[in-house]
Amino acid sequence: MKTVAEHTERRTYTLNMGPQHPSTHGVLRVILELEGETIVDAKPVVGYLHRGTEKLAESKTYQQVSPLIDRLDYLACPAYNFAYCLAVEKLLGIEVPPRAKYIRVILAELARIASHLIWLGSHAMDIGAVTVFLYTFREREVTYELLEMAAGVRMHQSYFVVGGVRWDLPEGFIPRLREFLDILPSRIQEYENLLTKNKIWKLRTEGLGVLSKEDAIALGATGPMLRGSGVEWDIRKVYPYSGYDEFDFDIPTGKNGDVYDRYLVRMEEMRQSRRIILQALEKLPEGPIHAMEGKLYFPDPDWVRGEHKDIAALIHQFKLVVEGFHPPKGEVYQSIEAPKGELGFYIVSDGSPKPYRLRIRLPSLMNLQTLPLLSRGHKVADLVAIIGTLDIVLGDVDK
Amino acid sequence: MADWLEAVKERLGDSVLEDLEFRGEYTLVLDKSSLPEALEVLRREFGFDCLVDLCGVDMGVDQEPRFYVVYHLRNMVTRAQLRVKVGLRDGEGIPTACSVWPGANWMEREAYDMFGIEFEGHPDLTRLYLADDFPGHPLRKDYPTEGYDFEE
Repeated sequence: MKTVAEHTERRTYTLNMGPQHPSTHGVLRVILELEGETIVDAKPVVGYLHRGTEKLAESKTYQQVSPLIDRLDYLACPAYNFAYCLAVEKLLGIEVPPRAKYIRVILAELARIASHLIWLGSHAMDIGAVTVFLYTFREREVTYELLEMAAGVRMHQSYFVVGGVRWDLPEGFIPRLREFLDILPSRIQEYENLLTKNKIWKLRTEGLGVLSKEDAIALGATGPMLRGSGVEWDIRKVYPYSGYDEFDFDIPTGKNGDVYDRYLVRMEEMRQSRRIILQALEKLPEGPIHAMEGKLYFPDPDWVRGEHKDIAALIHQFKLVVEGFHPPKGEVYQSIEAPKGELGFYIVSDGSPKPYRLRIRLPSLMNLQTLPLLSRGHKVADLVAIIGTLDIVLGDVDK
Repeated sequence: MADWLEAVKERLGDSVLEDLEFRGEYTLVLDKSSLPEALEVLRREFGFDCLVDLCGVDMGVDQEPRFYVVYHLRNMVTRAQLRVKVGLRDGEGIPTACSVWPGANWMEREAYDMFGIEFEGHPDLTRLYLADDFPGHPLRKDYPTEGYDFEE
């Protein structure tokens, strides 16, 4: 008599995960090649959220592009406006006044904390630790409250404008921020108490999704993905922008490059962000919040139609709205350390008020490219943890 | 100009068609025939181990060359950054950089998707973002933002 094994043939089968799946963090689709429950190959399919940002940008003036940009990563909007404004400022060759630089740093670091909190909550929930999600959203709410105080809206602030920030920080912002920073370490400790030494958490994350240093660099992985693999690389330190060289902070790195290490790196990054914000608050200079050169800023409404009505201000406002400003011909690449990795803008200017070509180097897209490598040989249930550790946002993958 | 750049220019010789500096960033325009060897030289001999970004640029329908493929390279040790541009005529292919930097894979797919640039030797040259049956390549300058006639 034949055994069961002789009657049957072994072969792999294909399974579609997503695009509608709760743990793909949006509309990511992964085509899995499975042998039993083991992943032989994984092929991410992206583009379900493609909005043609680069094409749209070519028909808009530099100021009009700004609101498109913070829709890329809707969990860390200030960071995206930050990079875009820096790129345009580099093209224009202007320097932002110190107060605006510091305000930008404060909000960008706040965005990093907010982004990491969401990552932590959803990552933990994907693996089964639902409680953490409820805790992180408590703190995340405060960060959004603060961003709303500064910009007037919770999401898509576009609070950074080319040349500076839209308006100064409101009264009450700094005390509220300090209050938040005071409780933050104890709250991070609270999450750590739930996870860091939790046996189930460690079993689910240690040794999983290992990315070597060499692979990380060759595949273009950046941010916590790169640092988790032990590469001490942070754009804020390596190519300092917006006064980051004036702050004292550490770059956390991992040893093994697994899911657990990246978790530790991101937890530490929140603490380092808090350190940066505290220093920025300490040193926050007085003065203008916008570069005066280049006439990039809308004049005070009072100068346009109020008591101090002035024809020159009116013409200036009219020209900015109708025409925009003219940067010189040339091309620049400017990158920042966004919460998810290196975010870069490559602008080709032909001298007109609209970018001739705006290329966005997205961190999530490049980090997602490591997914097949990380998931091969693991189980389907582990894929959820690996997608979580990549910290992708589909808006940031699909452009 | 930085010393390393002089060395790069000397090493690549005639394949450097142009070198530019703007806002402290260095750009080399390379001859297409020198690829992919020139990229391999940059990675192996000059330590540009990280391909930060790869993208296409359409210079306009009547321009010669019409397209540029732009590589942003980085040396993770010396922190040097270099932009390499390669000009292409419409319909002309370019050797893939996947063998030099595996990370080029998706970025080349995106450039193919948006500009229709063929990357010869690419392991899986399919559209990255758009549907497989999508007509045209949207980031080309002759692809309008609105009122596109799909019948054509």
